[in-house]
Amino acid sequence: MKQTFAIGIGGAAGQGVATPGDIFAKIFSRRGLHLNAYNAYQSIIRGGHTFLTIRTGPDKVTNMGDRIDLLIPLNQDSMDRHLRLLTAGAACVYNAETIKPGSAATGVHLCPLPVSKLADIARNKIAQNTLAIGAGLDMMGIGFPALEDVLQEQFKKKGEAVVTENVGVARAGYDYAAVNFTAFPNPLPKTENRYAILSGNTAMAMGGAAAGVKFYCAYPMSPSTGVLHWMAAHARKAGIMVRQVEDEIGVINMTIGAAQAGVRAMCATSGGGFALMSEGLGMSAMIETPVVVVNCQRAGPSTGVPTKTEQGDLWQMLGAAFGDYPRVIAAPLDIGDCFKLLPEIFNIVDRFQCPGLVLCDLLLSEGRLSVDPKDLDFNQPIDRGEMITTANGAPTGLGANGAYKRYRITESGISPRAIPGVPGHIHTVATDEHDEDGVLISDEFTNPIKRRAMMEKRMRKVAGIEAAIPPPALRGPRNADVTLIGWGSTGGVIEEACEILSDQGISANQLQIRWLVPLHGEAILDLLRDVRHTIIVENNYSGQFARYLRSETSYVPNGHIRKYDGEPFMPHHIVEAVKEQLAGKTKLSVPMHEIMV
Amino acid sequence: MATSLQRSGQLTLTDLKGKVDPDWCPGCGDFGVLAAVQKALVELQIANHNVVTISGIGCSSNFPGYINTYGMHTLHGRALAVATGLKLANHSLTVVVTGGDGDGFGIGGNHFVHSMRRNVDLLYIVMDNQIYGLTTGQTSPTSRIGMKTKSMPFGNIEAPVNPISLALAAGATFIARGFSGEQKHLTELIKQGIEHQGFSFLDVFSPCVTYNHDNTYQWFRPRVKKLEDDPAHDPTDWIAAMEKSLLWGDEIPIGKFFERTDVPTLHGAEPVLNEGPLVHRDPRVPLDVARSFIEELM
Repeated sequence: MKQTFAIGIGGAAGQGVATPGDIFAKIFSRRGLHLNAYNAYQSIIRGGHTFLTIRTGPDKVTNMGDRIDLLIPLNQDSMDRHLRLLTAGAACVYNAETIKPGSAATGVHLCPLPVSKLADIARNKIAQNTLAIGAGLDMMGIGFPALEDVLQEQFKKKGEAVVTENVGVARAGYDYAAVNFTAFPNPLPKTENRYAILSGNTAMAMGGAAAGVKFYCAYPMSPSTGVLHWMAAHARKAGIMVRQVEDEIGVINMTIGAAQAGVRAMCATSGGGFALMSEGLGMSAMIETPVVVVNCQRAGPSTGVPTKTEQGDLWQMLGAAFGDYPRVIAAPLDIGDCFKLLPEIFNIVDRFQCPGLVLCDLLLSEGRLSVDPKDLDFNQPIDRGEMITTANGAPTGLGANGAYKRYRITESGISPRAIPGVPGHIHTVATDEHDEDGVLISDEFTNPIKRRAMMEKRMRKVAGIEAAIPPPALRGPRNADVTLIGWGSTGGVIEEACEILSDQGISANQLQIRWLVPLHGEAILDLLRDVRHTIIVENNYSGQFARYLRSETSYVPNGHIRKYDGEPFMPHHIVEAVKEQLAGKTKLSVPMHEIMV
Repeated sequence: MATSLQRSGQLTLTDLKGKVDPDWCPGCGDFGVLAAVQKALVELQIANHNVVTISGIGCSSNFPGYINTYGMHTLHGRALAVATGLKLANHSLTVVVTGGDGDGFGIGGNHFVHSMRRNVDLLYIVMDNQIYGLTTGQTSPTSRIGMKTKSMPFGNIEAPVNPISLALAAGATFIARGFSGEQKHLTELIKQGIEHQGFSFLDVFSPCVTYNHDNTYQWFRPRVKKLEDDPAHDPTDWIAAMEKSLLWGDEIPIGKFFERTDVPTLHGAEPVLNEGPLVHRDPRVPLDVARSFIEELM
């Protein structure tokens, strides 16, 4: 097993859970360690219960894992919820004056801090947090200067006195732990690597910027709002027009308008906002103006659970907007992939002049991952497809009117696209069915022959898109005892479940789907022809991907693992479910989320 | 609007003729609006490849197909949102948005209000016939109380929206009303609306000869009174404009209600556009800037 170490920090919203989280994240990343963080929270600004899990280690950390090594409860509620879940070797550092521990498993170290004896709590309201960070760091075997540096940065805006105060409090916690608490075995190593730590939302925003996006707009909606925040904060440096719009209907239509003018344009939302965008997607397809729409899924239906994750929007995406039209749907496999996918999907939708949908979810959107800065490469190939601009050789005079046909029927289905402002290529794009010239055939004399020709022209693009997208591959040993099939954000947790299963003598491999439309059904059937036992793992109730795979390929797996409680899978959920299914106990496992968050 | 008009000096009415003839009913008020827009563009000599006409859905929204400029025939109610995106991506284009009262004040009401407060630089012409025509005659947001239609056969019980008052309240910076039966006057308003820098709203009485038997040419003709003929009318006086907007009955004002020129346009207010239209710029983020984005995360 890889060496990892996980810290859980629990408290009420507004109690300062994020700050210790940021401090630990910085310390780990500066030691050259990888990191994966997930924050379980509620739709409340003050109160409720927030639980941040930061898992670190020298190798890539693909998910939040199964185990908390160090628990820091900032209030009684957090102690009550989480202490019972700790296992032997774990420690719990807490304020002994305000929080009472309950019963803990054998081998769990209770580490009470006499907060008022170690710090002036009348002056420093967050003393218990800072003491706990100091104590925890000593127990992890990390030298104090690492913390001192981060505290300097964290508090320098508030002045030297505040810095000194907090460094002093942290030191007191650090020293107290050295005398009174047991250190963890296997201290975390140090490496020369340096990683960027970012959320999936930041990654998608940066990926869009790297793809050459010049227009971004949005209506705030959890968990997609982080994309808007990054875009807004960096718009002027990156030369991107960023707008907050009245609603998601306005968002998709503005995005299409900007794309029609000739720039790369994108928007992001969650399921509810995406529902409002459906009609607009049909317009993008019909007028053949490419846009990219990101859907950061949250638990639905309706307002649902705004701060919880789910993979419940697949069929909404598959069926968004009425009528048949070519579309591309891709689901990033991890936070690094959130960056990588954007330039790829933009190149495809520009070439094929159709809408592209990115199906992300809260787990990636709001999670944090350490990513090698080399994987955040802004020097991406940009392929705008067959576009006619004044810059690329279009005539400069007024001539040539009449010769240009915006929707010229071609073998590939792709018609060269002139943008407004180019002389000699005047045309109207229309959401009504139209002929090659763009003239409506829907109103005065509908024409079945022209209608059929235009439908076929647009749909011919599907074959080209299929050829442009790589088929999926099996990861792990051939002839494995079990093949786990997942899509999108479950990539990391399934990978770790496979490792755990292998360690326990059950060989497992993984088929993780990134490109959902087009699906490459034949290639998937080829991969699954010789496998022994297949289980589809997904974060929804009805097995949306299982149903989709069946509709495209008639393939039926041996079993299903599903979770729809709002929380992501942990590796043991999958491991235990695989074992019960291989033992023939069930074909559908719905693991219980043990942590009440 | 006239930030970068390219005056070619050779545009004629023939150049602006669309690929097909309008399929509006004979006598439809929309013919007059189309003719007035074409005349205004010729008088302003704006090269037609630099003009984009954008509409929603409805009888009047077929407009872009009937004029030889770049065009977009979008979704019901969404023309202003599409136009805003297009204008921000290429603010050197002259944008004219056209549609009907149902499209603009009904299904598109939200975009109407927000586009005005944003002061997007475009001309929005509503061909207001106080009825839904293409769906064969239902009540519209501007239908009068008591009007009998297929959807309200016993008479409309909902008060109509007042587009001019609404536009004044929402912060439009150019607000006018025209009448399809007053060609010269309408053409002049369109020219002013195009040249105005900011959101120009032009509500045009454009009678539906098939489904609206209440608000006909004959009904409007004796009632419309040009604000330009009133020497006391001051279009910079917002409160006076609001009072004038409430007049309805034997006397209905047409003309320019209000204009102010001290509000920055949406594209003018955003420094990102200082270096020119986005569409002409290198899409790439400079690598040193990209490096600084990554360093923030380390």
